[in-house]
Amino acid sequence: METSTLTAMYGKFAAVKAVTLQFPANQVHALIGPSGCGKSTFLRSLNRMHEMSIGGWVTGRVLLDGEDVYGPGVSVIQLRRRVGMVFQRPTPFPTKSIYDNVAAGLMLEGKLPRAELDEIVERSLRRAALWDEVKDRLKGSAIALSGGQQQRLCLARTIAPEPEVILLDEPTASLDPQGTQRIEELVFELKKDFTIIIVTHNMQQAARTSDTTTFFYLGTMVEHGPTKQIFTTPQNEQTEAYITGRFG
Amino acid sequence: MVGLMIGAVIVAVLPLIFILGSLIVRGAGSLSVAFFTRMPVPAGETGGGVLHAIVGTLIIVGIAALMGVPIGMGAGLHAAEYPGSKISWTARFVADVMNGTPSIVVGVFAYTLVVAPQKHYSAFAGSLALAVLMVPMIMRSTEELIKLVPNSLREAALALGYARWRTSLSIVLRTALPGIVTGSLLAIARVAGETAPLLLTALGNQYFSVDINGPMETLPHVVYKYATGPYEEWHQFAWAAALVLILVVLVLSIAARIATRQKFGGARG
Repeated sequence: METSTLTAMYGKFAAVKAVTLQFPANQVHALIGPSGCGKSTFLRSLNRMHEMSIGGWVTGRVLLDGEDVYGPGVSVIQLRRRVGMVFQRPTPFPTKSIYDNVAAGLMLEGKLPRAELDEIVERSLRRAALWDEVKDRLKGSAIALSGGQQQRLCLARTIAPEPEVILLDEPTASLDPQGTQRIEELVFELKKDFTIIIVTHNMQQAARTSDTTTFFYLGTMVEHGPTKQIFTTPQNEQTEAYITGRFG
Repeated sequence: MVGLMIGAVIVAVLPLIFILGSLIVRGAGSLSVAFFTRMPVPAGETGGGVLHAIVGTLIIVGIAALMGVPIGMGAGLHAAEYPGSKISWTARFVADVMNGTPSIVVGVFAYTLVVAPQKHYSAFAGSLALAVLMVPMIMRSTEELIKLVPNSLREAALALGYARWRTSLSIVLRTALPGIVTGSLLAIARVAGETAPLLLTALGNQYFSVDINGPMETLPHVVYKYATGPYEEWHQFAWAAALVLILVVLVLSIAARIATRQKFGGARG
């Protein structure tokens, strides 16, 4: 996935300014920066969720396998099946069981045979490291789970339809340290199969989990490079100031 | 302060207790199995029942609900999901005006539309009037309950590749459904006791009838007719019919409470 001079607007205000970035497959890419720097808006532009916001529109290009996702004739629905997303707060569907939550994205393509569905649900829950905790209550309520379990359920729901890219928008912001650690371990596991782009406020999280890091400030992409380089020898003064905690 | 509030609660509840109490004291004595299963007897005789009115009320309110609930729910869903649109704004405004319209005006409307052209009273006209009364109530309660569904849930469904309409129906409406059912049942219970519009439409019928194109008896009308009659037995009859009407409303309200209890969670009304 890559972007080319991507600009995301709210009405006349440019929240993201002409960002060009490449996200090689099967790596974890972290987006960091102070609040309001445009990193979440940038993320939401990648699966065209930004245009759902009031006054939201974009210019520039977002390429998925070389094809512009904003091009004419592109189905937003198909795109979002290829680019999954997990949000800051866990969002299990409250009226659906644990099983039906994981299967929610699969039902859209038409009915799958029961056995196949069972298999995908189990595999998705295993990959989200949740299977052992919920295998005896798949028909039970999804909102009875703890916050950390709910977030892993959302992760299972996102990976079940086998997207190519997973967008994580501060996925651990509402979790306790244990929940956070489990999600971080999963991110590391899941990059074998998916390209992962993670927005985070937590510098240690970016340093621990990602292969590349991009620093955003005031809607502009300030610096992009291998995570190790960004955190040890940043080229830009602002990046250094931010990662050493002098502002942000 | 707390004392004042408790006083207010007592003042608010007191009339209700008096009404229920006097209905039970005066009406319960005339209640019997025959009251629910038999037709009225001529003046002077004792016994008899209001089967025709119970069946009539169920038919008229049932048809009104079949018309009013889907329209009210659909309009409420639209108003909540597209809050900025002109249609929503207009519908909301009209619904608020309609909620304050005296029910007899709605009765006149149904009279003009159905009764006058076909030159006879009809139960269907009654259903139409009740449906018109029901729609704005259901629309507004549906809208309020759908607004309670967190936007994050909507986004989660959209991000999963749900189309907009599918998100509205299978996630948003589904999550708010228990509350919406409660609101609809309360609206149905509310119109079940309406008398004025029925006087102009279903009129009343001393015989048993299930013909929705003709006049039909209803419980509120039985109360009206027998309470204003000259005989003591008729007054007894009216008390009993009023008690049955209250019981029907009570059963609907209890059904609404039970419907709200659901398997997992979601919005409550």
